[in-house]
Amino acid sequence: MIDDDSARDDSRTKLNRRKFLAGVAVAGAAATSAPAGAVTTAEAPAVPTRPSALPPNAKVAAAETGTPQEIKGGHEGGRPGSDFMVDVIKTLDIKYMPCNPASSFRALHESLIDYGQNKQPEFLTCMHEESAVGMAHGYFKAAGKPLMTIVHGTVGLQHAAMGIYNAWCDRVPVIVMGGNDMDAAYRPPGVPTFHSAQDINALVRDFTKWDDTPVSAQHFAQSFVRMYKTAMTPPYGPVMMSLDAGLQQEPIREHGGEKLYIPRYVPSSPPQGDTGAVKEAARLLANAEHPVIVVDRAARTPNGVKLLVELAELLQAAVVDQGGRMNFPKTHYLSRPPNVVGQADVIMGLELSDFWAVVNGYVDNGDDGVGYNEKKMKPNTKLISINSAELLTKSNYQDFQRFQVVDVSMPADAEATLPALIEAVKSAIPDSRKDAIAKRGEAFKKASANGRENVRKAAAIAWDASPISTARLCMELYGQIKDLDWSLVASEGNVSNWPNRLWPMEKHHHWLGRSGGYGVGYGAPASVGAALANRDLGRFSVSIQGDGDLMYAPGVLWTAARHKIPLLSVMHNNRGYHQEVMHVQRLANFRDRVAYLGNDMAPLGTSIQNPDIEYHKLAESMGWWAKGPIKDPADLGPAIKEAIAVVKSGQPALLNVWTQPR
Amino acid sequence: MKFAIKAALVAVTCVAGGSAAFAASPENGRKAFVTHGCWQCHGFEGQGSAVTSNGAVVANTELPFEAFEGFVRGTNRAMPPFREAILSSADLADIYAFLHTVAKPKDPNSIPLLK
Repeated sequence: MIDDDSARDDSRTKLNRRKFLAGVAVAGAAATSAPAGAVTTAEAPAVPTRPSALPPNAKVAAAETGTPQEIKGGHEGGRPGSDFMVDVIKTLDIKYMPCNPASSFRALHESLIDYGQNKQPEFLTCMHEESAVGMAHGYFKAAGKPLMTIVHGTVGLQHAAMGIYNAWCDRVPVIVMGGNDMDAAYRPPGVPTFHSAQDINALVRDFTKWDDTPVSAQHFAQSFVRMYKTAMTPPYGPVMMSLDAGLQQEPIREHGGEKLYIPRYVPSSPPQGDTGAVKEAARLLANAEHPVIVVDRAARTPNGVKLLVELAELLQAAVVDQGGRMNFPKTHYLSRPPNVVGQADVIMGLELSDFWAVVNGYVDNGDDGVGYNEKKMKPNTKLISINSAELLTKSNYQDFQRFQVVDVSMPADAEATLPALIEAVKSAIPDSRKDAIAKRGEAFKKASANGRENVRKAAAIAWDASPISTARLCMELYGQIKDLDWSLVASEGNVSNWPNRLWPMEKHHHWLGRSGGYGVGYGAPASVGAALANRDLGRFSVSIQGDGDLMYAPGVLWTAARHKIPLLSVMHNNRGYHQEVMHVQRLANFRDRVAYLGNDMAPLGTSIQNPDIEYHKLAESMGWWAKGPIKDPADLGPAIKEAIAVVKSGQPALLNVWTQPR
Repeated sequence: MKFAIKAALVAVTCVAGGSAAFAASPENGRKAFVTHGCWQCHGFEGQGSAVTSNGAVVANTELPFEAFEGFVRGTNRAMPPFREAILSSADLADIYAFLHTVAKPKDPNSIPLLK
């Protein structure tokens, strides 16, 4: 049955099921006045178009349009289609399936855990679909391999949608399937109807790379492999499949007389920049006085970091890492702050979601109450862009941001283009420029040392404050993980970027980036998903967990405990939706009004206090080791030490730390 | 005791700053710093943040009171203005006084975790 080569044998005439059913439909219309078997040539067109099949007789028509005898009363008889789906899924080596169970995919669920023996994928019980997608999101960024999840038709997919949107904006592949009882004539009455729709994929079509609705087992096999391949071709992105409940339960049948087969997955090579454009970019960079490289999601893999270092050192060019991934070692003297773009004469952006904002500033609240723009770059600065996201734009959700004119534009994958660019730069650097380039590097070494000193001074301010300063929080934490193979899997809630400024981030897994769409609620599930990947890779996972973020779907804490996922979650509990705290205050000020606080510290509606949430008790209730609230900075170090011991034993641990706002 | 000495110093410092600053109360200033929302971007100790105050540290500010008040009233727009309609000069003087009672930052070399 699983014969890849049979896929190529399309020369034989097959009785395609879809065409056959089309014939049945014609026959059915005629049968309103006469039995299907009575359809005669007299009723047929004088010159018949090529029939896909002979019209069926009444018995065959009934067999095709009714519930097959062998599956009446529970769809029994024969090996179920969902078993074949498991065969398909297993060929792609998907290790886990974070998932919240639901009736619309009960057949596949049962096949996965019984026929598939709960391996590849292993079912991980989730308490919210957004958590499941968030886990898959975080897992990919730590492991470089995608996970799949299945959600419940309409309602589960609506829960999952925010997570899918984050994955879309963050260019992360997640394979999502939605169980859907499509056959209105046969689906159970009541709830299953509310949970079904004609086209559930429409809900997320604007922020998925591709979607499909297979109508046969063979169609499923093709589409599943295609969706995996599509998701895993840069630019990465989430994909969606609507999976009919009936199709899962139907017994396996040959496809038009042909044995079912599973297409072999062959990865697509990532798109590289055009040779001429690469050469022109190299020419500009090699001859620049102050070239600056700005990166966001440039390093898809650890090799991307190495390539960026090679290019930067070749040019002695400043690198500004926006932090979508760990692109460039923070300890490198060429790692520079964003304001270096002001001196640049050539700026190259690699996988930027917003080139406009690199070279322009935006100040909220101008004279008319709306924001205004300021240019940040010098006139005549040349801009180069290598960005695979340009290959995948959609109209409704415009996450590609404002339009920025650039001088050299390559819609291509940056990491895949870097080897050619490095070679082109080597050839393009004139001998006369080599001394100047070397001097540039010396200046950056000095600036880097000064910058480090200033950051240390800033971190020392309010070192003993209570609530605990975010600098102290981060450095107490780093002090105890520095000798481990650590991975900061998420840092939500904004701790003034202290880890990126003070921790010696050098490895690709030291920092996994942010949510992408800035949809709050990413941090907790993505941390658990990444910690799952890191568990298998022998790394120590730590998350700086925002308070508001955790409460979107705290049930993921239970998932971590249930599946023994070791994670140290240190809370940045500033007791509010702090971005919104500042937004409302800002508007009140510009309107000359005193912001109403009620009994809280912050404008009404933005605080998370009265009562304070005891996150440590919440975590304990779901099987975590936890401690808190920690308000005295002197108590923090010892608590972290205890928590690390717990995590090393294979369990998750949470510290509820009261912190300064940012 | 430490606080009293600092408060006295603040009063002296503020003499040159005008009548509003003269009677400044650091204690009231700490409260006003919270109720007027200054802490949101500057932290409870005025330590600032790279992401919300562009790294500006207002604790122990070296700005004279007039310059401090001028900025707070007009700002650079990145910071929302606090005009007299919402923040009285008396409260602002108290805030200024409070900011001069905040402990001076430690030398980072004296903090093992920052070495």
